[in-house]
Amino acid sequence: MTTDIDQLKTDILAANTAAPDIATWDSVRVAALGKQGSITLLLKTLGGMSPEERQTTGARINRVRGEVSDAIAAKKAELDRASLNAKLASETLDMSLPIAGLGGGSVHPVSQVMDELAEIFADLGFAVATGPEIEDDWHNFTALNIPETHPARAMHDTFYFDRADGEGRKMLLRTHTSPVQIRTMVTTPPPIRIIAPGRTYRSDSDATHTPMFHQVEGLVIDRGITLGHLKWTLETFVKAYFERDDIVLRLRPSYFPFTEPSMEVDVGYTLVKGKRTIGGAEPDGWMEILGSGMVHPKVIAACGLDPNEWQGFAFGCGIDRLAMLKYGMDDLRAFFDGDLRWLRHYGFSALDVPTLSGGVGA
Amino acid sequence: MKFTLGWLKEHLDTTADAAAVADALTRIGLEVEDVSNPADVLRPFKIAKVLTAAPHPQADKLQVLSVDAGDGPLQVVCGAPNARAGLVGIFGAPGTWVPGPDMTLKVAAIRGVESNGMMCSFRELLLGEDHDGIVELPADAPVGTSYAEYAGLDDPLFDVSVTPNRQDCMGVRGIARDLAAFGLGTLKPLAEAYRWFRETGEGTAEWFTSIQPIEGHSPAPDVRTDDPEVCPAFYAQAVSGVTNHDTPLWMSRYLKLIGQKPISVLVDITNFVSVDLGRPLHVYDRAKLSGALVARKAKDGEQVLALNGKTYTLDSTMTVIADDAMVHDIGGIMGGEHSGVSETTTDVLIECAYFDPDHIALTGQRLALTSDARQRFERGVDPAFLDDGLAIATKLVLDHCGGTASAITRAGEPPVAQRTLAYDPARVLALGGFDVPADRQKAILERLGFGVSDDFTVTIPTWRRDIDGTADLVEEVVRIEGLDKVPSTPLPRAEGVAKPTASPEQRVERKARRAAAARGFAEAVTWSFLSEKEAAPFGGGHWTLANPISEDLKVMRPSLVPGLARAAQRNRDRGEKAIRLFELGRRYLNDAERPTLTVLIAGDAAARDWRTGKARLADAYDAKAEALAVLAAAGAPVNRLQLIGPGGETWHPGRSGQLGLGPKMILATFGELHPETLKALGVEGPMVAAEIYLDAIPAKRDAGRARPAYMPSALQAVRRDFAFLVPADLAADKLTRAIAGADKQAITEVSLFDVFTGAGVPEGQKSLAIEVMLQPADKSFDDAALKAIADRIVAAAAKQGANLRG
Repeated sequence: MTTDIDQLKTDILAANTAAPDIATWDSVRVAALGKQGSITLLLKTLGGMSPEERQTTGARINRVRGEVSDAIAAKKAELDRASLNAKLASETLDMSLPIAGLGGGSVHPVSQVMDELAEIFADLGFAVATGPEIEDDWHNFTALNIPETHPARAMHDTFYFDRADGEGRKMLLRTHTSPVQIRTMVTTPPPIRIIAPGRTYRSDSDATHTPMFHQVEGLVIDRGITLGHLKWTLETFVKAYFERDDIVLRLRPSYFPFTEPSMEVDVGYTLVKGKRTIGGAEPDGWMEILGSGMVHPKVIAACGLDPNEWQGFAFGCGIDRLAMLKYGMDDLRAFFDGDLRWLRHYGFSALDVPTLSGGVGA
Repeated sequence: MKFTLGWLKEHLDTTADAAAVADALTRIGLEVEDVSNPADVLRPFKIAKVLTAAPHPQADKLQVLSVDAGDGPLQVVCGAPNARAGLVGIFGAPGTWVPGPDMTLKVAAIRGVESNGMMCSFRELLLGEDHDGIVELPADAPVGTSYAEYAGLDDPLFDVSVTPNRQDCMGVRGIARDLAAFGLGTLKPLAEAYRWFRETGEGTAEWFTSIQPIEGHSPAPDVRTDDPEVCPAFYAQAVSGVTNHDTPLWMSRYLKLIGQKPISVLVDITNFVSVDLGRPLHVYDRAKLSGALVARKAKDGEQVLALNGKTYTLDSTMTVIADDAMVHDIGGIMGGEHSGVSETTTDVLIECAYFDPDHIALTGQRLALTSDARQRFERGVDPAFLDDGLAIATKLVLDHCGGTASAITRAGEPPVAQRTLAYDPARVLALGGFDVPADRQKAILERLGFGVSDDFTVTIPTWRRDIDGTADLVEEVVRIEGLDKVPSTPLPRAEGVAKPTASPEQRVERKARRAAAARGFAEAVTWSFLSEKEAAPFGGGHWTLANPISEDLKVMRPSLVPGLARAAQRNRDRGEKAIRLFELGRRYLNDAERPTLTVLIAGDAAARDWRTGKARLADAYDAKAEALAVLAAAGAPVNRLQLIGPGGETWHPGRSGQLGLGPKMILATFGELHPETLKALGVEGPMVAAEIYLDAIPAKRDAGRARPAYMPSALQAVRRDFAFLVPADLAADKLTRAIAGADKQAITEVSLFDVFTGAGVPEGQKSLAIEVMLQPADKSFDDAALKAIADRIVAAAAKQGANLRG
């Protein structure tokens, strides 16, 4: 009897293992565990056994039944897996085929730099102000201490309209962002800290000048503001913008009708492999980047403030040039051409939002 | 403003070299544009003597010279007709670079004869136009020495950019005064600079301490001013019996070094004094004058042929110098050809006048005429320098042209009112941020020519018209003391937490810009101005430039579409197939500048793809999608937007629309551009675009940061589909909006998922299939509730002419 049971088990397990497919496996299962299956029939013999026999032989039969049914279930899982694998193998696609274009757009360098400036100056407490591009000659010139006959008006190649505003002021395209200083001082009680980026216009067109360009103006009006604050602000701004600490500025006395004292600011560059690179503690040369000065008392007075109480500084800087110096473009005209190749190369990802925590450059 | 180191040293006693002078100029605000030394390239050229000259054996026009340049004879082949034995000229040895023809000399055989260098012409050395032959120097010129040194060319040349406020630095002497104040040397007395001395005995002399008027030996010339407002002072002195020949070497050398061509000694004297002292003069040929010379207003239409060879038509706002017969000078700007001096001139009248700067500026602008005189008068020359200027001019004429001087006429009074400022030296600390001791400030101001009393009442020098407030005095002290002494002082930080510094409008712009970029558009920046033709399809420009650079850039854009369309076409011409551009900028309307974001798609909306094998051209729905996406990003209530009419005449009448909150609150226009628009812009279609009017987006109400309370429903939402037959011309959104309004409580979403015409749909109708999502509030819907809602939906649809499909 013992030998029979062992032999039976051996035979069933061998057949189960050998089953090549679900049909063969199923016939093995039915032959062993089906209603008329060999193991089922053996189990039926338990009823005719003595209690002693049941203790020994019965237990053995039950054990064999367990082993056999486990093996059969395992075989089923194995065959299912093989069949799924075969199905999946038949579904293989060429994963090297291209997907549709990523279609990333870009943000123009001028916009990106304006956002950078807004971030840098926000940290210094400067708000962003705007003003009209079609200005009147009072805001663009007269209030800035540039009377009609002043030779400085000749320095600005101004675009005029054949129109005057309600007060008879000649209309023109602003030649600088400085009129925003005036508009801010007229409307906002001090203390004032603003930057004003935007489009500006001069009738100038050659390799390095375009009739439209971008400037950013800065203005601080408060009590007790000195040239020292101006110097610190410009140093902090230029270092933050170019993202290096070893930047040296050189202040040169100059002249703007709306500031007194006035100065031009040069930034030191070093020659790295023959290329001018902003920064370096020991500059090889200087590049002019902005004009600045203490706001002229006449300008403060023209805005209705008392120049004996309020003083401050202003500065103006070309944004296109700032972008070129940081990001390496060398042709200003390409800024305004809308060439997709250029925009893709020099533009910025939509997600490159300048932040103080993530860095203002990209 | 150009001058040389040697010229500067006529006024400034200093040992400083060119580099030190350039550095000092930059530090005190006289921007050095360039420093060069014309001698640098000429240094290798030596004075040489031709020892012998023999015919070239192979060429008739060449000679074989033996030349001594100090190191013994050298064989040189020369083609100059004037080459001959005994000539002293300028020699370039092999290895020398010759600037004129831009070549480096080398030993070469010329027609078979070896030549070891070249005898040069002035043109080859860029020293003049003369190319008739090689240079002929005086026979006693020292052979073997550098020509540049011999000719006094070794004199560094400065080119300084003088800011409009510094009229005094439009003369070499003013620059010398500034440098002396900075501490680079001492300013020589003017009389010494002009070698103005008197003999004190046999072979001894002493400098005059000041310029003396030249005494006259004949009656003073008849001049006057009838226009004292513009020409308050007209001084004149005549000199008779002059000869107008060669200019003295020292004067012509300075003028040549700064790039001025010597003309005749009389003209050169006026040019020299103009550059040296910033004092313009004019010299008339008295033989050409008839009657008194008068400063008066021009008559309308009066004409004058000026010294530049052009005829100018004048008007009554301009002031001229005229005699009984004609206008001889556009006062303070340019003299006239008729009475200009020539080599036959024997009697001259020297004018030294003062003109009102504003008037000179306006006349110059009106005539579009610039001149050295205008540049100086419009900045404002020293009104106290008329006597000295006239004396110096007369003395130079007497010294170099001979003749005898007349008495002086002084018509009118120059405006020399003394101006003073009450100054507090503490202003330097208050404005400049650093302290300069009061006595030091006094010394600086005095070196600049200011008078400073013990109580710091500061007298402004007559030549500093630009100084009119204490801030100007601070600037003077600070620039001479040095801007490098300004400390770096941090701005105080505001207390507390940083507040946002961007305005709501700027935040809208930032979101809109980055949303467009994220949707695959490249941001372009195009000109704010267009041609009238490009503006026309957009209603034309509201602002037309009076002085445009060109017709292409003439009117301010009423739309951003033309600039983008033109840019898109340029990209298309380069072979781009799917062009997505946007710009965020202003439209310039009659009443305001409107911030606008415009997106434009040209060509494919989707590129050719292996799944479908073909590209999909952009259509108006692409433009609508972008308009909505940007509006959503910018915070517009997009779920409340309605489609309002077509876009207008710029757009395809059947494939465009406006999105708004009502007919008066349009937030965007989108669609396909009208073929006429494309034609006017000179671009190929189809192009689709959307203009989003950022300033029309209603500002979000500030309701604090916390959101309204919200609890997602635990009850299952139900979806139901409906299909309606509607008139073919019914706008689909009328139906969906009607359905959404059928039960505002239960209906949370209405979406149209199919539009069908064809089999089964009657002619003139279309079938619209709509899915509605229903959300139960406090208990699940039962059949009755669902039926009631469905009935309300069908009823609402029926009001739009829609019938439920059976």
